[in-house]
Amino acid sequence: MKNHVWRPLYVALGIVAMILVARELYVPKDFGIHERGYMYGWHRKSDETYWKNFKVKYKTSEYCKGCHEDKYADIKGSPHGNIMCENCHGPALGHPADPPTLTIDRSRELCVRCHSYLPYKTSGRGKIRGINPETHYPEAECVMCHYPHNPKREAKK
Amino acid sequence: MITRRNFCKKTMLLVGGLAIPLAAFELFDPKKLLADKSDNARERWVFLVDTYKCTGCGFCVKACKIENEVPYDANVTRTWVERYVITKDGRTFADTPKGARDGFTTGKIALGEGMFQEIGNEDIDKAFFVPKLCNQCDNPPCVQVCPVGATYQTADGVVLVDRTWCIGCGYCIMGCPYGVRFFHPVYHVAEKCNFCYHRITKGMKSACVDACPFDARRIGNIKDPDDPVTKIIMTERVGILKEEYGTKPQVFYIGLSKEVK
Repeated sequence: MKNHVWRPLYVALGIVAMILVARELYVPKDFGIHERGYMYGWHRKSDETYWKNFKVKYKTSEYCKGCHEDKYADIKGSPHGNIMCENCHGPALGHPADPPTLTIDRSRELCVRCHSYLPYKTSGRGKIRGINPETHYPEAECVMCHYPHNPKREAKK
Repeated sequence: MITRRNFCKKTMLLVGGLAIPLAAFELFDPKKLLADKSDNARERWVFLVDTYKCTGCGFCVKACKIENEVPYDANVTRTWVERYVITKDGRTFADTPKGARDGFTTGKIALGEGMFQEIGNEDIDKAFFVPKLCNQCDNPPCVQVCPVGATYQTADGVVLVDRTWCIGCGYCIMGCPYGVRFFHPVYHVAEKCNFCYHRITKGMKSACVDACPFDARRIGNIKDPDDPVTKIIMTERVGILKEEYGTKPQVFYIGLSKEVK
């Protein structure tokens, strides 16, 4: 057959070759199907490490206990014992090195998350002692009268 | 006699046809398909939510946003808490203001666009809170639709998003029947709950689990028969969301009600 008949074939083969070369260069070596197979497993293996190395911010109350054992014991024996320190004190991050002090949330908004009374008998919420934030000393901060580490005790002046 | 037109057609068909089987041979490699089923992973993370215990305080949402660096004031979140109020005349109200980041501090139901619905205490038949998060499905539709392999499932069952590989097409966001995915406002790629993969792989618990004062959220390993969460899932009455989709969600709920969607 004549040469001009074959020419389109070379063009097509050239395109395929270019795609294969580009794929070889662009797709990372660790890209593959891995453990979960063809349907759900396609990924770069190294991305798992990215997520495993994500920074932990909340260190839990056990971390706080290391230095603040008195405070830990104080709250653990109270009705607020189930609330972890960092819910109000903010995430520990690298404390005490960085940051040296934590920002404590003493706002009414924090307390009324649970203590704004809602009449939901079919939920745990209905069993929590609560107030109406609009009528219960709306101008005052809760911590002026209530001691958050132990609500049974009076506020520290 | 072969014409030029015919020859071009057949050449294209041949080249196209050659390219397909290269992938097809792999797709139907029986050894690899078999290996897919016999996984040797020692962990399979599952989640257990007790809707009786949840009080809608929203500490989980706050902790999640800070822990996972989801912009605090953007109206997107990896986990959220929904409130359901069913009145005596059979109407259902549901809301989740700011994903319950600041909890539920009023009895008024947020209807959106600054409108609220007041419900009298005596009209309430039942009212409860339902925390939502990624179900880490065994058959994750979001992973299946990803055209570039940027979202995937790890051996221990968690679905992750590769931030450098995601092209932001949004198929997965549309594909998730539970609506847990969104675009990250900073990275502009798909974002989702990953059970705090950086914590659970270090032996810690997810940030929302640690933040929950009422034990309403728990995380466990279903492959460990001694795990307290596994014991509850195996022996008690637990429900899952949207079972009819066949996604095999791995977040189990105690006290699920038919109103919960």
